[in-house]
Amino acid sequence: MEKIFTHLFVENGLVAAFAMVGVVMWFSYVLSKRLTFGRIHGSAIAIVIGLALAYVGGRLTGGQKGLADLPLFAGIGLMGGGMLRDFAIVATAFEVNVKEAKKAGGIGAIALLLGTVIPFVVGALVARAFGYTDAVSMATIGAGATTYIVGPVTGAALGASSPVMALSIATGVFKAVLVMVGTPFVARFIGLDNPRTAMIFGGLMGTVSGVTGGLAATDPKLVPYGALTATFHSGLGCLLAPSVLYLALRAIVGG
Amino acid sequence: MTIFGVALLAICTLAGVLLGDLLGAALHVKSNVGGVGLAMALLIAARIWLDRTGKLSGGVKLGVEFWGSLYIPIVVAMAAQQNVIGAISGGPIVVIAAVATALLCLASVALLGRLGGGRRGLPSANEDHAERTLSGDPS
Repeated sequence: MEKIFTHLFVENGLVAAFAMVGVVMWFSYVLSKRLTFGRIHGSAIAIVIGLALAYVGGRLTGGQKGLADLPLFAGIGLMGGGMLRDFAIVATAFEVNVKEAKKAGGIGAIALLLGTVIPFVVGALVARAFGYTDAVSMATIGAGATTYIVGPVTGAALGASSPVMALSIATGVFKAVLVMVGTPFVARFIGLDNPRTAMIFGGLMGTVSGVTGGLAATDPKLVPYGALTATFHSGLGCLLAPSVLYLALRAIVGG
Repeated sequence: MTIFGVALLAICTLAGVLLGDLLGAALHVKSNVGGVGLAMALLIAARIWLDRTGKLSGGVKLGVEFWGSLYIPIVVAMAAQQNVIGAISGGPIVVIAAVATALLCLASVALLGRLGGGRRGLPSANEDHAERTLSGDPS
């Protein structure tokens, strides 16, 4: 019986994922309504449940892809993987108000630049405080604070050690998770309730996963605006971190 | 037809990602530069063109908006495959770097958001439709 069940889920991976995520969503919306009286958005609860399941998956398998490392849940890997994620993000552009997006273009670019430089500086300073005094390690951890893609790309380009690379990636992932979970709680204080601020938010906070997850949990109609700028974040980081920012850092701290 | 909408979305996504890869290669960057954003721009342009020429049929809309309305569940599936253990096991340096970065960037969002222009709500008449579609509950 167990074999038949496993076979069913493995053979129909994506379909099984739709069913499972549907159940999680339903459960989250019920919790949101009954337990928090709608104060915490259902999608925010669903994302936290997703992260908790990722933790369980990681504990069980020792792998890096959360729940998706269990063969039974491989379909989750497909549904939440890069391909369908990007496909759905692009689809949200259909709901974009072009006028608003154009108006915020300039300030969005400024936000993107700040969103690369601030994390790099903060990450490098924290790295130094923890005893990583060489420019390569500081830059790699700083790049990781930008996004978890920029971290390893920068580390590889500069020849950072493997433990430093791991710290760099972990910093980026932790930041993405933090943004996903924390955004709904701070949205009110930072004025995140309009397309313009959403584009600034996307540029500053980085990672598409963190930004779109955080916005989805805050106000779904802001998602496309945040994604529009966030998508340039990793590219810009990979461009600046191993080059200009590293050279500037090396000029300051030496070697 | 619905498939026209899905195909339009697919073509825009592929073209955008290709452009992002080419841009990355041209800039000597080991990453895709803005592929998804470029794809979004293409889709927005396509929508405007279809609207203007009267070709934006219900089927095309359904094909695209179906995927937009599945966005949140896909994000939940994405959350379920994050390397949460790795993020936690990095220790205090990871937590401090990530928290400090996030706080400073959030403060900058608040600052930039208030600079010029100030705060405005969504003026669009489509606001309700956009909200319902993207929260997975299309009208």
